[in-house]
Amino acid sequence: MRIPIVYNVRSLIQRPATTLTTALGIGFVVLTFVGMLALANGFRAALISTGRPDNVFVLRSGADAEISSSIDRDQAAILRSLPEIAKLPDGRPIVSSDVYVVVAKPRVNGTETHMPVRGVGAEALAVRDQISIAEGRMFEAGRPEVIVGRGLVGRMQDTEIGERLRFGQQEFTVVGHFEAEGSAFESEVWGDNETLMSVFRGPVYQSVVMRLSDPASFDRLKARIEGDPRLQVDVERESQFFADQAALLTTMLRFVAIFVTAVMAVGAVFGAINTMDAMVAARGREIALLLTLGFRRRSVMASFLLESLLVALAGGVLGCLLALPINGIRTSTTNWQSFGEVSFAFRVTPESMIVGIAFALVMGLIGGLLPAWRAARGVVAEGLRRA
Amino acid sequence: MTRGTIVRANLRRRLRRTILTVLGLAVAIFLFVTLRTFLRTLQTVGDVGSESRLITSNKLGIVFPLPLAYRARLTSQEGVHTVSYATWFGAIYQDPRNFFANFAIDAESYLALYPEIVVSDAQRQAWLADRTGALVGSRLMEQFGWSVGQTVTLTGTIFPGEHTFNIRGAYEAGMRGFDERSFLFHHRYFDEIARISGGDGVAGWYVLGVSDPERAPAIAQSIDASYENSAAPTRTQTEKAFNLAFVGLYGNIGFFLNAIGLAVVFAILMVSANTMAMSARERFSEVAVLKTLGFTDTDVLRLVLTEAAVVAGLGLVLGLGGALLVFNLGSFDLGGFIPGLVVTPQIALVAAGIALLIALASGAVPAWQSARLKVVDALRYVA
Repeated sequence: MRIPIVYNVRSLIQRPATTLTTALGIGFVVLTFVGMLALANGFRAALISTGRPDNVFVLRSGADAEISSSIDRDQAAILRSLPEIAKLPDGRPIVSSDVYVVVAKPRVNGTETHMPVRGVGAEALAVRDQISIAEGRMFEAGRPEVIVGRGLVGRMQDTEIGERLRFGQQEFTVVGHFEAEGSAFESEVWGDNETLMSVFRGPVYQSVVMRLSDPASFDRLKARIEGDPRLQVDVERESQFFADQAALLTTMLRFVAIFVTAVMAVGAVFGAINTMDAMVAARGREIALLLTLGFRRRSVMASFLLESLLVALAGGVLGCLLALPINGIRTSTTNWQSFGEVSFAFRVTPESMIVGIAFALVMGLIGGLLPAWRAARGVVAEGLRRA
Repeated sequence: MTRGTIVRANLRRRLRRTILTVLGLAVAIFLFVTLRTFLRTLQTVGDVGSESRLITSNKLGIVFPLPLAYRARLTSQEGVHTVSYATWFGAIYQDPRNFFANFAIDAESYLALYPEIVVSDAQRQAWLADRTGALVGSRLMEQFGWSVGQTVTLTGTIFPGEHTFNIRGAYEAGMRGFDERSFLFHHRYFDEIARISGGDGVAGWYVLGVSDPERAPAIAQSIDASYENSAAPTRTQTEKAFNLAFVGLYGNIGFFLNAIGLAVVFAILMVSANTMAMSARERFSEVAVLKTLGFTDTDVLRLVLTEAAVVAGLGLVLGLGGALLVFNLGSFDLGGFIPGLVVTPQIALVAAGIALLIALASGAVPAWQSARLKVVDALRYVA
C-alpha cells in the first residue's frame, strides 16, 4: 500500500525553513542554468533568424566570414545574371551585392566596439524582406545617408535620426531606424553599397546574396556557380551561413553554463542529502509507526524519495520563476566570427525551463536516494523506543 | 572537558553530514574563485600590455590596414626609438575550430620591441634566415604536436590558398600572461602572398617603442594629428589601452559572471546555513544539559559558532586550495584562450570573507536560540 502524498506535503509544511532553504539551494542552481542558457539562446536566435533558407549566400572561396571575403564587380555581375534567381515583377533579379565592414565606434557608455556597416544594393529589401523601416525613411542611393538597426539605437552613440555617423573622411546622416524581426541585421547600419564602397575598401563587395525562385534549385545553382572557372566562391544557404556564425559563441556559452551549473549542482545535492538525512533522523518514530501499521519498506522508501522530489520540484519551479524576469533583457557582445557587435535579448525558452526542472528532479533523486533507503531500513523496535 | 573536545565530538557524530557540508562549501568557494579569477584576468589583459609601446592602427578600426609607407614617418617621430609592424593573417590549421593567432611581423624590429618573446639564439638566427620560416609559441607547438624543423600548411581565409611555413623556432613567454599560442612569420613573405590579391603594401598595425613612457600621450597625439586629413587616419594608443579595448568588446559579460558568482554564494549560504541550523536544533536538549552543568550562555554561543567556523574554514581550505592548485600551480588556461589565470591575494581574501560570513550567518541564529534556551523548555523539546 502506498503512503498518501499528503503525509509528505504536511511534513514539508511542518518544517518551512528547512524546506524553503533546501528548495532555494536547488532553485538557484536552476536559475543559473536557465539564465545562462537564455544568454546562449538569445544570441543564437538572433543569428538563426537572420538567414533565410531560400536565400543563397556567396563568399570568396576560403573566407569564413564576410569580413575576410572579397568579390569583385565582374564576379558580382556574373552572379547577378544566374537563371535560378527569382525576379521582381519588373524583371530585376532579387540580388544584393553587399559591402560589409566593422567600424570602431563608441557605445553610449563610452566603451568601444565594432559596429557592423553593410552597404546594400537597390533590391536589398526584396532579398531580406524581414527588414522594415520603423521610423524615419529609407536611405537614398548615392547620398551620404544610412539607416540604423533598432538593436544599435540607444546602445551606440550618434544613432538617433538626424545625427551624423562619421566613417573616415565622410559623414553620414541617420535618416531612419529599421526592424528585422530580432535578427542580427538589427545590430547593423545599412547604406548604399556604392557610396560606402568608396569610403571603405575600394571597389570590392564582401558578399552576394540572392533569392531562389525555386528553393529546390539550390543544388543546381551551387553546382553551376562552383563549376564556373570565372568564379572562385563558396556557396551556402543564407540560413546555414548565419547559423555557423553563431556556432562558436553559442558552444562556448553553453559549455560555461553546463560547467558552472554542474559544479553548483554537486553542492546543492550535498545540501539535499543533508536535509533529507535530517528529516529521516528526526522522524525515526514516525517511520517505525508506519512500518508497524503495515506499510511496506519499499513504500516508506518511495515516500521519502517522493518527499525529496517534491522539494526539488518546488526548487526547480522557483528557479524558473526567478529566471522569468531575465527574459527580454537586451545586451550585446562581439561575435568574434563576424567581428561585429551583436545586440540580442535574453530568451528564456520553455525547453530550457523544462530541462531546468528535470535537472532539479535529478538533484532531488540523487539527494533523496540514500536517506530514503536509510529510512526504509528503520528498525521498528528501536524507533519506537526512542519516544 | 574542553570546548575543542565538544566541537570535535559534535562534528564527528554526524560525520557524513559534516563531510557533505564541508564539500558543498568547498565546491561553491572553488566555483566562486574560478569565476572571479576568470573575470579579473579578462579585465586585466591590459596589464600584459606595456606602457612603453604604442600601437598605431587605422582610426576606422583594427580590420582596416595602414599603408606601409607610414613607416618612414613614424620612424622619424621624435621620442620613438624603434618601429615595427604586423598584419593579421587569419589562416586556419586543418579545422576552423583550431583557432589561434597567426600574424606577419617585421621580424627583427618586432623581436627588439618584445623582449617577452624568448627564443634561443640558434633558433632565432635560423628563423631570421628563412624567408618562409615561422616562430611558434611553445603551447601551440604542444597542442598540435609540432616540432622545430617541421613544415606546416595553413589555409588562408583572408588570403586564399594553402600557405606553407617551416617552423624554425619555438618561443616561450618571458612574463606570465604573455601569449604562448601565437604563430609569427615574416612580413616580407606575407607581402608576397598578399601581392597576388593586390593586398600588399599595407600593415595591420604599427608598434612603436617609446623611450620615455611619460611622453607617450604627446607622441600619440602628434602622430594622429599628422594623419588626421589623410586617406587613412590613424589612432595611436598605448599597448595597454589597445589591449583593454579588446576587453571592452565582450560587452557586459563581466556583469553576468558577477551575477552568477553572487547566485552561487547565495546558494551556498542557503544550503549550509540550513544544515548548521538543523544540527543545532537537533541538539537543543544537549544544550540544556550543558547549561545545567554550568555552561554560561556565552560558552554555548561560542561552541556553536566555533563549530560553524570549523566547517566553513575546512570548506575554504579545500575550495581555495583546489583553485590555487588548478590555476597557480597548474597552468589551466582554457585551451590557451585566456593565458595567465591566477588567483590573486585579493580574490583569496574575498573568498575567506565569504567563508567567515557563512560561518557567522549560519551559526548566528542557532547560537542565539541555544543561548536563550531555558533549560526546562529544552529538556522538554523533542526534535
